[in-house]
Amino acid sequence: MADDRTLADILRSQGISRRGFLKFCATTASMMALSPAMVPKIAEALENAKRPSVIWLSFQECTGCTESLTRSHAPTIEKLIFDVISLDHHHTLMAASGHAVDEAMQEAMKENYGKYLLIVDGSIPVGNPAYSTIGGVSNLEMLKDAAKGAAAIVSVGTCAAFGGLPYAKPNPTGAVPVTEIIKDKPIINVPGCPPIPVVITGVLAQFLTFGKLPEMDELGRPMAFFGKNIHDRCYRRPFYERGEFAETFDDEGAKKGWCLFKLGCKGPVTYNACATTKWNEGTSWPVESGHGCLGCSQPNFWDMGGFYNALSTPTIDIAKTAAVGLAAGAAIGVAAGALNRSKKAKAAREHETVTVNDLEKGAKS
Amino acid sequence: MNSMDFLLWVRGPGLAIASIIFVFGMTLRMFEIFMLGRKKNLAELRSSGVKEGFRTIITRSGGVDTYTTKRTMFTHISGWVFHLGMFTAIFLLAPHIELFKSFLGFGWPALPTAIVDLATVIALITLLAILFHRLTSPVMRFLSVGQDYVVWALTFLPLLTGYMTYHHLFFPYTWLLGIHILSICVLLVVFPFTKLTHAVTVFTSRWYNGYMAGQKGVKQ
Repeated sequence: MADDRTLADILRSQGISRRGFLKFCATTASMMALSPAMVPKIAEALENAKRPSVIWLSFQECTGCTESLTRSHAPTIEKLIFDVISLDHHHTLMAASGHAVDEAMQEAMKENYGKYLLIVDGSIPVGNPAYSTIGGVSNLEMLKDAAKGAAAIVSVGTCAAFGGLPYAKPNPTGAVPVTEIIKDKPIINVPGCPPIPVVITGVLAQFLTFGKLPEMDELGRPMAFFGKNIHDRCYRRPFYERGEFAETFDDEGAKKGWCLFKLGCKGPVTYNACATTKWNEGTSWPVESGHGCLGCSQPNFWDMGGFYNALSTPTIDIAKTAAVGLAAGAAIGVAAGALNRSKKAKAAREHETVTVNDLEKGAKS
Repeated sequence: MNSMDFLLWVRGPGLAIASIIFVFGMTLRMFEIFMLGRKKNLAELRSSGVKEGFRTIITRSGGVDTYTTKRTMFTHISGWVFHLGMFTAIFLLAPHIELFKSFLGFGWPALPTAIVDLATVIALITLLAILFHRLTSPVMRFLSVGQDYVVWALTFLPLLTGYMTYHHLFFPYTWLLGIHILSICVLLVVFPFTKLTHAVTVFTSRWYNGYMAGQKGVKQ
């Protein structure tokens, strides 16, 4: 597993030309919205980089994040990056099994203490640690142990970043994201269900180049990929502006590719790079294939009031809540009205008429 | 609390609380107002007053009574312009129509966002002019109480935050949308207990004025 060759050596041994390598660096720079002046710096940093040790831990997850990563077609940037990092531990991808797996992880952690990059996918159940264990070790314990020697942590996928599907109401396992447990390490969130492969590798490339995590937004996501929302970059946006919406999935509007807002698209509040990087080698992305954005890179996307309800609709039953208000208002209103009327009637009854004689009498005495 | 938690709160529990208070308050006020009743009119009626009532709804809404219209030209024009701009923003923006559809069960066609945007800008500018007029006109200033300024601000904020949300000004969209919905929640809570109730009572009170006046006098 130990490999002292630099990245440049490895790339050359794989028959990748200098030109190809620089092209990759330029793509990486543009992907991360860096200036072209940074390309030589990226090239230099990557050329001299030793294969960094990466430990990948999977907790309460569906392996979709790993599936996403492995679906990147060879020989793409994603493949290059993963050929040149040392993925020392990954339950799904590693050939070893049983105790050998644990040993590989312990060895990698010991050898690269303080330097390895820890990638986590999946949430951590704290309701009862026994809900998810690997080789008898709870996810919570394993994360704490692996985080100690990590240089930084990358939370891949919405489960690790924000709790994701296991965190959805009623959260039976008491699932929490990585940030709830680890407080003393730099953590970057790469959410998505699953995340876009180039976003994962882009973050790794940035870490290799600059030795630190990139600029992040309020939710700990790299600004380069999560700085803009889907709605702003959506090719269907002009239809939104014109007020042209698909009302159902098979009407004329849908066939003409009109805006999917009314069908529940969460694009306006979803920050991700799908609209620009697309999926499957730039083939398509959810909105292009005719389905609204689910908002999968946002916290609580599962509980955002239904995938097929428009974003501007409430998550509660307004008619029902209004009925409560109506009933209470009517009851108290009738009572208050009746009270006022009875007061008025009482005042009228008790009204004493006064004659001029009475007044004169009063004045005399 | 992150932006998504905030947005979920205002779209869910926050809106529920606000709409319960709004509906409760409005129902209470309407019962109180309409159950008050009037003293029995012992005089012979000149007419039933119903027709005069409807006529007053129109005349008091401007245009017919030229003397009053001329005297308060600014109030008339700004009032109309602001209200029309605001109604366009509320009722003709597609996301808003979806909201109404979610509890009414039916929707209606929307206007392109550029037109709604223009209407919002017009409403905002007119509201600023209205505030300026209130502050600079000695009569208006004398007649104004604290509530008038509160009500002005609560009407201005949803329009302003809506405009900011659409144009993604200064803050991320998610925060802006949450703030926009929150500003409406606040408006709903305050609505039944301030002059804002005129939205419901304006035509009934105008009708009632005409109705009362129509009954008075002697038949020709």
